[in-house]
Amino acid sequence: MKNVLEDIIEPPVDRKIANRNMNDRVQDIPGWGMDADPDNDPTYPMKHSTGADHERLNYVKAPQQRQNIEVLRSIERPNITRVFGTSTPPAGLSGAIRRYAYKFSEATATHWMTLILADRVDVIQGKLNDLKHGIFPNPWIERGWRAEWKHNRPAFLGRMAVTTLVITAGILLITRKSRGKKMLANS
Amino acid sequence: MLAMNFRGPYQIRPDRNRPMPEIEHPYDAIVRVTRSLVCGSDLHLYHGLVPDTRVGMTFGHEFTGIVEEIGSGVQNLEVGDHVLVPFNIACGTCPFCKQELYGNCHEANSEATAVGGFFGYAHTGGGYDGGQAEYVRVPYADVSPIKIPEGMDIEDAVLLTDVVPTGYQAAEQAGIQKGDTVVVFGAGPIGIMAARCAWFFGAGRVIIIDHIDYRLEFAKKYSYCEAYNFKEMNDPVVFVKKLTDWYGADVCIDAVGCEAVGHGLQDITGRMLLQAGSGTALHWAVNSLKKGGILSIIGVYGPPWNLAPIGSIMNKGITVRANQASVKRLLPKLIDHVMSGRLNPKGIISHRIPLEEVSDAYRMFSKKLDNIIKPLLIPPRAFAA
Repeated sequence: MKNVLEDIIEPPVDRKIANRNMNDRVQDIPGWGMDADPDNDPTYPMKHSTGADHERLNYVKAPQQRQNIEVLRSIERPNITRVFGTSTPPAGLSGAIRRYAYKFSEATATHWMTLILADRVDVIQGKLNDLKHGIFPNPWIERGWRAEWKHNRPAFLGRMAVTTLVITAGILLITRKSRGKKMLANS
Repeated sequence: MLAMNFRGPYQIRPDRNRPMPEIEHPYDAIVRVTRSLVCGSDLHLYHGLVPDTRVGMTFGHEFTGIVEEIGSGVQNLEVGDHVLVPFNIACGTCPFCKQELYGNCHEANSEATAVGGFFGYAHTGGGYDGGQAEYVRVPYADVSPIKIPEGMDIEDAVLLTDVVPTGYQAAEQAGIQKGDTVVVFGAGPIGIMAARCAWFFGAGRVIIIDHIDYRLEFAKKYSYCEAYNFKEMNDPVVFVKKLTDWYGADVCIDAVGCEAVGHGLQDITGRMLLQAGSGTALHWAVNSLKKGGILSIIGVYGPPWNLAPIGSIMNKGITVRANQASVKRLLPKLIDHVMSGRLNPKGIISHRIPLEEVSDAYRMFSKKLDNIIKPLLIPPRAFAA
């Protein structure tokens, strides 16, 4: 396996980052920190700087939530968070696709676009799962057609008519083509 | 229990067979929902634009409820407390929470470091089920949820979980100075609230731009602002420049996000997911600003990328400020505004819909039917003992 720079980074040291090499810098770099102005913080007022940014490792953490399900984790962090959501763990083919997506960082298209692909596969999985449990699609409720009927009836009926026409035309076209092929084969 | 159940883009189901949430951590609480809202950003999930939105999830990050059960480590809440629950899930002790960036907690979302932990907002938001349900699990219950102040209307309280703080922060982070001209793109609930809140910072003129007339009419009255329809303009940027003596706005607020319309190329590339939705509002906002102006982004964009005019941002010296609202930080100030009558959050609720009809609420909100501004969901057991 190819060696990459990430692998040779030493584990983080539990100390204030602000203290790292500070004394050296003060001595070695003329003027270091002279013009620093704590009030010149463009993130204020959203952020009240307390210096906590430089205490990244030793903050008080909540107890770890027990992990009874599979939780996917961004590779941009070392572990799962102390608390996590337990809704809809990865499952089936979509789950396998998601696991693949989480091998890539959040900076990559592969990560996000693969997740979108997994979402679409999940929809099909969901339909099959519904059928397995005797639940049939109910667009009247699930797609909110009831609301369209109530508040947008003319446009809704128009769209339904166009959709029906397109589907009928498609079916007719396919049937005619297959009939034509059969006739050619018989002649 | 009854809860909203996502079945795929444009498909959701009110599901009576959802399992009851359980205490999974000592800092958890179980809350019986009394009111919840459908947010404009829920529509991005509904439209299938947010990666890792899994079939079977329950959405909803704006809700109030009564505490039914608490974990062994919860100290600030008691069973029976009626609470408003900010949409941010925050631990309160990580470096980000300690600096009041509660929307960026480091211990609430394993699945995306770019995003904080949010209720009912896909696995990109941490994989938590949300509050469009009868019951919901609330992690870190001691940190963000607060008891609804005595005398506060529950409908005002539920709007303090997201809409009001998000609109307020849009204006706050814009660094508005007294007399500034503020242009808000998008007259959805957040844009309307941002326009309203811009006055708190001393704006001299507030302009809102959208393409839906009934929303512009509403914004004009609710937010005391000027309102214009971009469909009646050749070019919104030229319009704003002309409106500001060919100078440009001091501040622009993008309250639209990834589903903006109005620019063909952006619309097409956004819908085809060649970018994380359309960047039209960003373009208009950057180009409508004066040199050295401030762009406040509160509209939601997907994580991968967007076509944004970075060259103009650099050349004009634009300051870009953006974040998810830090609800807990803003609540004391906003509660004061509401209780003193300066702000009327519930005024933006246009529809009150039973949770059983959640799929209708989404469809209506998505298609802007019946002049909808903001739909409120009421669970069947909202006031049961």
